[in-house]
Amino acid sequence: MLNDIFIAPFADMIAAPDFLMQVLWEGLVSGVLYALIALGFVLIFRSSRIFNFAQGIMVVFAALTLVGLHSFGIPAWISVALTLGVMFVLAVSIERVVLRPLVGQPDIILFMATIGITLFLIGGGEIIFGGENKVMITEELGIPTGDTVLEPFGGLLILQHLDITVVVVACALVAALLAFLNYTQMGRAIRALGDDHQAALSVGISLQTVWVLVWFIAGIIALVTGIAWGARAGVSFALEVIAYKALPVLMLGGLESITGAIIGGLMIGLLEKLFEIYWGQPLLGGNTETWFAFVLALIVLLFRPQGLFGERIIERV
Amino acid sequence: MGDEKDMLYRTAGQFKTSYEADQALFPVRQDAILLAVILACAWVIFPLVASEFVFQTLLIPILIYSLAALGLNILTGFAGQLSLGTAAFMGVGAYACYKMITIMPWMNPIVAILLSGVFSAGIGVAFGIPSLRIKGFYLAIATLAAQFFLVWLFEKWAWLYNYNASGAIQVPNLEMFGVYIAGPQASSIVQYFVVLFIVSLLTLVCINLTRGTLGRTWKATRDMDIAAELIGINLMKSKLTAFAVSSYIVGVAGALFVFMWRGAAEPNLFDIPLSFRILFIAIIGGLGSIMGNYLGAILIVGLPVVLNLVPNALGIPIGSATVEHLNIMIVGSLIVFFLIVEPHGLAQLWRLIREKLIIWPFPH
Repeated sequence: MLNDIFIAPFADMIAAPDFLMQVLWEGLVSGVLYALIALGFVLIFRSSRIFNFAQGIMVVFAALTLVGLHSFGIPAWISVALTLGVMFVLAVSIERVVLRPLVGQPDIILFMATIGITLFLIGGGEIIFGGENKVMITEELGIPTGDTVLEPFGGLLILQHLDITVVVVACALVAALLAFLNYTQMGRAIRALGDDHQAALSVGISLQTVWVLVWFIAGIIALVTGIAWGARAGVSFALEVIAYKALPVLMLGGLESITGAIIGGLMIGLLEKLFEIYWGQPLLGGNTETWFAFVLALIVLLFRPQGLFGERIIERV
Repeated sequence: MGDEKDMLYRTAGQFKTSYEADQALFPVRQDAILLAVILACAWVIFPLVASEFVFQTLLIPILIYSLAALGLNILTGFAGQLSLGTAAFMGVGAYACYKMITIMPWMNPIVAILLSGVFSAGIGVAFGIPSLRIKGFYLAIATLAAQFFLVWLFEKWAWLYNYNASGAIQVPNLEMFGVYIAGPQASSIVQYFVVLFIVSLLTLVCINLTRGTLGRTWKATRDMDIAAELIGINLMKSKLTAFAVSSYIVGVAGALFVFMWRGAAEPNLFDIPLSFRILFIAIIGGLGSIMGNYLGAILIVGLPVVLNLVPNALGIPIGSATVEHLNIMIVGSLIVFFLIVEPHGLAQLWRLIREKLIIWPFPH
């Protein structure tokens, strides 16, 4: 038993380094996507203290809109632009209809409101686009689909071109976001709101504009994630579950931290794949990916209640 | 000035001359009368008039969902610990009840249902331990760990469902005093009375718990835990008892859910949508209120039933799938609507109405 837990998995890893690299690569790809979704969460949480549960359904909704528009005969890239437009309209209407009347309510009320939005989008998406599984328009968007086979250590390592593209695009998007947040006026406004609401308002930063902006950014992230994940697994409401994965990423990294979201995402992507392949499948009957990330984050939180990179919690009576 | 008949809810003139009278369960006579009317409806009138359809789609589920929401409300509304794992704890109750019934078939089913809560209370305390260090949304995500882990366990641990090929648990016929109270042969009215009995009993217990020392410690913890600690409240005891009591009630609700209503259960029945459903009920009903759970359950359970009937009644031909999706949309928008109009829930609406009634016909 102890051998199965502590020795055999590592022996397997050393015995087949090419397989280990394959596992790590796949973990990295999903980790990048988790990090991307978590970034959307963090931006919204920092600027409005809203724990946005609707992020997951926004991924599905964006992907469905894109595929749906294309199926009406609209060229792929114009569909992408139109989908971005839809996400912008969505951001504006969420801010106007839901968030503005709820300013200043307790956190849990705002959280519930985002669950309300989730239900609304699920119902709406099913009515407009239908619930059946759809194929992402990968080729029309010019995303490469072949694979490259490397032979490290005399073994076999298969890199899907799709996955490589995903990693590159996600990294570029993260870099662009960081540049936007650090070097532009609007980006600084977002960070200022995150640091201190009152102070930011008093120097003339518009709460409404920033909120629309962060929800729109979350929408862009949702579209990219939706394309990436949809190309791998098809577009359906099952995609929503990957958003649950972003929650432990946030916990691990800290709700306010952008660095935390990125590092947390990569860590969870890698570790859950490793655990599933080397411990979960042989010892626990598999499918441990549903809970591993949560339990890992829970254990980390027991030692650091604010997550790895979160703001230290200071409480006053 | 109107005479007494005009003033339905006049509380003036009901003087309390002792502490006992002031601390009574119903210090206001009208509240007691109102409750008596509700109980009479529930125990006598509904069973006489309700059809099979009403029992199965409204009365029984409303009661069970209210009980689950009551359990969650103890934890979230009274003790301030947000939980997103309610459905998993319901599952623990249901599976515990199933195992007890199949290992000890001679066991009285009602006793088994009430005991099954003990198991979920134990698991609840275990997952409540992180609450001593983790707060707010971090804790909410930690309870999601319970949610996903337990549902996975229900699926993988074959002993729990007696190695059935289907992986589901099936409620056997259970007899008490010569009457079937659970399983395919039980009649709805008997099940309704069993559910009503347990729900009434636990509600009474909860009302008294939340009024007493324990309830006050919970509320102090909720309002500000550091301040509560400074005035001498043992936070560990307060939080863990809240987890225990809450999970107990939720577990019993889970056992009722499967044994008195669904008749069978697969692991994914206890998945996250059920947790959210119960959270909706608790929040729309009103956090920190006991009656709110019933109002919330009536709304959330009753609304889809009504919405399903409307297109038929109007003769509009809509596919059942579309109706279902429309339902989801409408429930989603109603949640947002209620949160905007009355963030403190339906219970607060009733409180406002009651205040108006007390001073009626005067505006102030």
